[in-house]
Amino acid sequence: MSNQQKHWEKTRGLLFITLAIWFVFSIGIFLFGAEMNEVTGPFGYPWTYWFTCQGSLGAFVILIFWFANRQEKIDEEFGFSEREDE
Amino acid sequence: MKGNFIDNLPKVYGIYTGGFIGFIIIMAIAEQMGMTAKAIGIAFVAFTVFIYALIGWLSRTAQADAYYVAGRQVPTVFNGMATAADWMSGASFVAMAGGIYFKGYGYMALLVGWTGGYVLVASLLAPYLRKFGCYTVPDFIGTRYGGNLARFSAVVVLTVASFTYVTAQINATGTIASVALDIPFQYAVYVGLISILLCSMLGGMRGVTWTQVAQYIVLIIAYLLPVFWISNKMGAGFFPHFMLADEVARIGELEQQFGFVKNAAADLKSVPKGLAGITKAHSAVNATPWAFISLALAMMMGTASLPHVMMRYFTTPSVKAARKSVGWSLFFIFLLYSSAPMLATLSKLSLIDPNLPTGIIGKTFAEVEAIDWYQNWNQANLMFISDFNGNGTLELNEFFMGGKAVVLATPEIAGLPYVISGLVAAGGMAAAMSTADGLILAIANAISHDVYYKIIDPKAETAKRLLVARVLLVVIGFAGATIAAMEIQGILGSVIWAFDFAMSGLFFPLVLGVWWKRANRQGAIAGMLGGLVAGAWYLVWVRTGGSGFLGITQLTFGIFGSAVSLVLMVVVSLMTTEPDKATQKMVDDVRVPSGKSILGRSH
Repeated sequence: MSNQQKHWEKTRGLLFITLAIWFVFSIGIFLFGAEMNEVTGPFGYPWTYWFTCQGSLGAFVILIFWFANRQEKIDEEFGFSEREDE
Repeated sequence: MKGNFIDNLPKVYGIYTGGFIGFIIIMAIAEQMGMTAKAIGIAFVAFTVFIYALIGWLSRTAQADAYYVAGRQVPTVFNGMATAADWMSGASFVAMAGGIYFKGYGYMALLVGWTGGYVLVASLLAPYLRKFGCYTVPDFIGTRYGGNLARFSAVVVLTVASFTYVTAQINATGTIASVALDIPFQYAVYVGLISILLCSMLGGMRGVTWTQVAQYIVLIIAYLLPVFWISNKMGAGFFPHFMLADEVARIGELEQQFGFVKNAAADLKSVPKGLAGITKAHSAVNATPWAFISLALAMMMGTASLPHVMMRYFTTPSVKAARKSVGWSLFFIFLLYSSAPMLATLSKLSLIDPNLPTGIIGKTFAEVEAIDWYQNWNQANLMFISDFNGNGTLELNEFFMGGKAVVLATPEIAGLPYVISGLVAAGGMAAAMSTADGLILAIANAISHDVYYKIIDPKAETAKRLLVARVLLVVIGFAGATIAAMEIQGILGSVIWAFDFAMSGLFFPLVLGVWWKRANRQGAIAGMLGGLVAGAWYLVWVRTGGSGFLGITQLTFGIFGSAVSLVLMVVVSLMTTEPDKATQKMVDDVRVPSGKSILGRSH
């Protein structure tokens, strides 16, 4: 397998992990919205309410930065990161 | 200042922010000295629009890559701010807190959808399209799949989606301009349009980028300052985002105490159009999982298909910067979106809690009608009370308000000085203008670059191309304003439709263009046109009394459209020949950040 194929394989792996986490915070938890809202969560808000106001939104911000860093590492590992002058 | 403009950006915008805060303070002092509310409103809108126009003029350019992609040198964080302004429209600024106020949980699917979509943008598309080096979204489709028909289909989808969106934004600019400048809506729409064109006409994407950063700063100050001020004034908490749990619980108690009394249809007839009462629980789960998830999903996929957002990531210096920039965009969006539910909570509690001095529920009608702010907003057709049960005191079900009032009226209800209301008007104007600019530019660029230059006249010189682009900008702007002046559809409805149109036609052709090598021209064309037609058909069907299926409504028709698009694209691609070697090599090159971009720097 060529260097480029390996790079793509790892990139795809990272995509699946990223999408899985994305799925949990955008869809997964809202399948149990009614049940989860009975429980008191962060700062005293009901859990589901908190996720829709702040939790999921903040998780997406963190997820994107985490993803960007991981992808940069993968690019470096296979020598595909950009040179400064490009 | 020494050094070039880009190196000095933090300093330039630092001075700008300081200047704007200074302006707010001057206005506050002027108010104390007796400046009228009307004059303050005019000063805020006129001053900010003048600054944007100045930036637009300073950013004028005669180069294609500056006009189309701001010279690809916008730093990560600033591009994040520009994208946030591009993204947050009049709907986010003026209507979102109102939607949460009235509909609670079911509406908050939009908060999740309009942020979660950025994960898809960052992981599936933005870095790859940046590597591609395209000027516009159809530029990617046209080069990846080849052929004028594919390029043209992408332009069609882009135009339908963006045009639906832009009329709503010009409408919002007009609404705010008409209130702040006190002129009729039909004229205010054109005042708004001219302000919008001043930012984009001379500098194209470069002008729009630097005005959008300036507009973000205005709109975020205008949104956060009142939220924090009101929260502190009410004693609800120093930092509302972390401290409103008691208030949320209190609203729940009051809802229990008052109950949601259903009004008779005959009574509701007397309520002015567009106003609503509180009929849904504030923090309880009031929608089925599928209703919530389908709306969130449609908005997420729509986010990843809207060309005016995607093209912001063509302006970063590198692929790496494009990825990070998506993160910053969402961070800046998060600052406003996480505040909207807090504003809704504060607004609702201050109106309905009888223990608070501002609460009106439980007061007599004579008392409420004597309140200054009630008279003002009643006159502006945003508030209304009516004694349905004839007992003389105001009940929860007898109080009606327009969605916009949550953002526009809450500062006044909470007793903040008028200068804050002027600031909010300037913020709303900034939000609507920045989005309208991005949208008009996306349409005009697609038609000038992809239809005129790539299809009609490939030999056109740069000067002529840019002239065509500017003429189109004005034409599309006026077309949008003319339709906006007719006031066909509410602001929020048309915004949501735009997402559905975009995802119906563009989501899968874009994503599969990068992630599936086997995707070919025939498949992409079938996917774009088939998806768009299927989505549009579903919308018309439901609007004309069709029952719909699978719980897909007129707000989520993109789910149906994109499903059709996916099936058509896969089936047609597999039935026809696979893309040639050169195209497959191109996809391989797009997948790695290093090396030259597919399309030349200037093309």
